[in-house]
Amino acid sequence: MTIILNGEPRAVAAATLEAALAELGYGGAHVATAVNGDFVPRDARAGVALREGDRLEVLAPLQGG
Amino acid sequence: MATFYGTAVESRLMLGTALYPSPAILAEAVRASGAGIVTVSLRREAAEARAGQAFWEMIRALGVRVLPNTAGCHSVREAVTTAQMAREVFGTDWIKLEVIGEEDTLQPDLFGLVEAARILIADGFKVFPYTTEDLVAARRLVDAGCEVLMPWGAPIGSGQGLVNPYGLRTMRAHFPDVTLVIDAGIGLPSHAARAMEMGFDAVLLNTAVAKAGDPVAMARAFARAVEAGRLACEADPMEPRDMAAPSTPVMGKAFLG
Repeated sequence: MTIILNGEPRAVAAATLEAALAELGYGGAHVATAVNGDFVPRDARAGVALREGDRLEVLAPLQGG
Repeated sequence: MATFYGTAVESRLMLGTALYPSPAILAEAVRASGAGIVTVSLRREAAEARAGQAFWEMIRALGVRVLPNTAGCHSVREAVTTAQMAREVFGTDWIKLEVIGEEDTLQPDLFGLVEAARILIADGFKVFPYTTEDLVAARRLVDAGCEVLMPWGAPIGSGQGLVNPYGLRTMRAHFPDVTLVIDAGIGLPSHAARAMEMGFDAVLLNTAVAKAGDPVAMARAFARAVEAGRLACEADPMEPRDMAAPSTPVMGKAFLG
């Protein structure tokens, strides 16, 4: 299926958010996730199923003012 | 020492981490500023780049507290979700809450700000709202449970200093027990010193240091200005007056006319 990862369409085979992160290369990364605008805590990622067209945001620390 | 939600912090200067010429200069500027709190943000991470990981390790090595922001958020929902994500990534319940309402001035949307603050405080956050000198909004934020307010001095990145000293003085007088931080608009150490002389608890700035020709020297200058301003405030400054008052004693002056 195709999901929108940080604004760009990406094909993924994984069914859950946790598996999708690993498939997309984020394994072990210190990131926070949101699906369709809702925060998904780290512990909940394995229980969140992804669907066609879901918007996944993967964010990490960056400089800020 | 300034107190933020029960945490006492030695330095009254808070520094942003954006716009520096290099990570090394950022690190050196933070050290030169003596800041105990730095602001950080969250942005999209590319799987291959892992830029965020390197930045985070660098910040952690500085041994300062971090205050994550919700910069760039224009809606309550965006700001709340960003705050929740920041809490997990940065491991802190502190959040600099920004809900931007106007593009030219990056003025906060005070209505959205109050709403987002209520949601986040109910969720256990310690909210540092980026606000204006508006007293009604300030009262609503305090009533919502904010123990810190961060009024702007001038629009973000403008370097204009304190454009509404009357409003800021009034705010200080209205909320003597709330920790008030001047956030945004400071361009020069003299602006920061003035804010501290007026009795503000701390200042938060970024561009004035990051975009200086020599950010490390400017960080040092700000550290001294903030310290001088605070000392002056504690020393109880004299009241200004319109007419001259001789400082040299008149008594005993020779009559030579």
